[in-house]
Amino acid sequence: MAKLIAAAKKEGTLNVIALPPTWANYGTIIKDFTAKYGIKVNSANPDGTSQQEVNAIKQENGTAAAPDVVDVGQAVALVNTSLFAPYKVSTWSSIPATQKQANGLWYEDYGGYMAVGYSSKFGTITSLNQLLGSKFKNAVALNGNPTSANAALNGVMMANLAEGGTASNIAKGVAFFHSLKEAGNFSPVSATGASIKAGTTPVVFNWDYLNLPSYVGVSNWKVFVPSNAVLGGYYAQAINKNAPHPAAARLWEEFLYSQAATGGQNLWLQGGARPVEEAAMTSGKSIDAAAAAKLPPVSGTPVFLTLGQNTSAANYLAANWAKAIS
Amino acid sequence: MAVVATTEPGARPARAGRRASIPGWVGTVPFLAYVGVFLLLPTGIVIVDALKNPSGAWQFSSVTELGNPLVRTYFIGSLKLCLISSVIGAVFGAILAYAVASGNPDGVVRRLYLAASGVLAQFGGITLAFAFLTLLGPVGLLAHASWFYDFPWGIALIYAYFEIPLMVLVFMPAIDGLKVQWREASENLGASAWQYWRHVGGPLLAPAFIGSTLLLFANALSAFATIEAWESQIAYIVPQQISISLSSEVGLSNINYADVLALGMMVMVAIIMTGYALLQRRASRWLR
Repeated sequence: MAKLIAAAKKEGTLNVIALPPTWANYGTIIKDFTAKYGIKVNSANPDGTSQQEVNAIKQENGTAAAPDVVDVGQAVALVNTSLFAPYKVSTWSSIPATQKQANGLWYEDYGGYMAVGYSSKFGTITSLNQLLGSKFKNAVALNGNPTSANAALNGVMMANLAEGGTASNIAKGVAFFHSLKEAGNFSPVSATGASIKAGTTPVVFNWDYLNLPSYVGVSNWKVFVPSNAVLGGYYAQAINKNAPHPAAARLWEEFLYSQAATGGQNLWLQGGARPVEEAAMTSGKSIDAAAAAKLPPVSGTPVFLTLGQNTSAANYLAANWAKAIS
Repeated sequence: MAVVATTEPGARPARAGRRASIPGWVGTVPFLAYVGVFLLLPTGIVIVDALKNPSGAWQFSSVTELGNPLVRTYFIGSLKLCLISSVIGAVFGAILAYAVASGNPDGVVRRLYLAASGVLAQFGGITLAFAFLTLLGPVGLLAHASWFYDFPWGIALIYAYFEIPLMVLVFMPAIDGLKVQWREASENLGASAWQYWRHVGGPLLAPAFIGSTLLLFANALSAFATIEAWESQIAYIVPQQISISLSSEVGLSNINYADVLALGMMVMVAIIMTGYALLQRRASRWLR
């Protein structure tokens, strides 16, 4: 570790990409990293997408400006492993096996579970079937078209799991939205921050870290994760195999996966995102308990979609979604 | 210098003398270049890419996607929406245009209507969807009208909001072209109002009416932002499906499929415009 720090300090610079300062506490994380190690962080294209991160690795390959590390969505990480260098952080064993590539090509960092956010005017919701009731007319919204938006696909998948479906077959989730539509409760308007504030979409299926009252900006907003439908959606870290600053890149990962009170895992948690080592840190008592208490409680084993399950869900939706809700 | 000379009326003889050095077609170059870059080139790219597969090899079979029942539903959706909204727009727009045209030609009412139509015909997209959402959405200020979400009738009524003013704008000149003397002449000959419209006014306005309706149809065909903002969780019409094929983050994006859909829309427009040309030739025969 001391050797890694020395080598990274010698490089003096780290290139990161697509890390919005207001997202998952990245503003603080970058500042703390620089303060701790004296390494300058170049943050490129903070509002970029996962695909743009991968494109930058390809287009800027070999230059000093190429990203050293990326923080990408699951689907993008899975299909771009040829661009990454394997690395196992020192807390590797704290990352659940389903949330990392066995050789260390990528490893999930933070994320959350699909959750139902709702206006507290509906009282307390504990099961999805309550949403079929008459007081939810035109109220239940996804975050886009599930054949296009990843969060919406996972919203349908979460309903699928709650209805007893499996991750390999999303049919029961589509059937649930069909009954929502039949009941007149499915809102055709997509949920956005504005539609939630305006009250147009008082029930929203979205990732819990995007569905918290603090993030949504609505005080009378509640969140619940249905039992036996804990569907995880995490981002993943990976190191560019041709990184211009290879030691700084690895030191950055060590910082992000540090379980210290001022380490990356707790900093993400303070930003409302669930760090991937949450379970290990909870049992090891190194977690920031106050920040953890703000997240909705979950019960059951989290499910993570494989690439194959994601593709088969997307194909089923392409053929059946429009039919089910029009 | 040559350009300056041609714009001065006094230089007419000189211009005639110089014409040999600058061929007449030179003046059309900017227009042709514009059309080439922004219309013909993209059209060509769409056609070529529609015949390829995502890895770049030729694949003529992808065009058969247009026969896929699922793809057909998007085209039928587009057709229904455009037909309903353009017919509603044309009928009500024509009546409104006639009412305004028969008033004082320099009056405040006419100027007000034309100005308002000019603005409202451009009032579409997200702003329009938002306006309806605020007034009639789930927590609408005015009322809660969930039937507005029905496809195609609900959304067609929203489209009518910009189709009617557009009809007023494009149809007004035709009504202004109806001479008062023709009406007087037919009344002097003992024609009833019905006979006047059946034999004089109707046939005169028919080509313009049909032409304007087709313009409204094409206008609705390409409209995307309004419906996307209003009901973005379902794809009803072809442009929405093209958008999904371009931007899907769940693994369904396929640029060539988008090109095939776009090709289908081009065929649709070509059929409409051919039909329009034939109709107009038939309807305006007596003018020759």
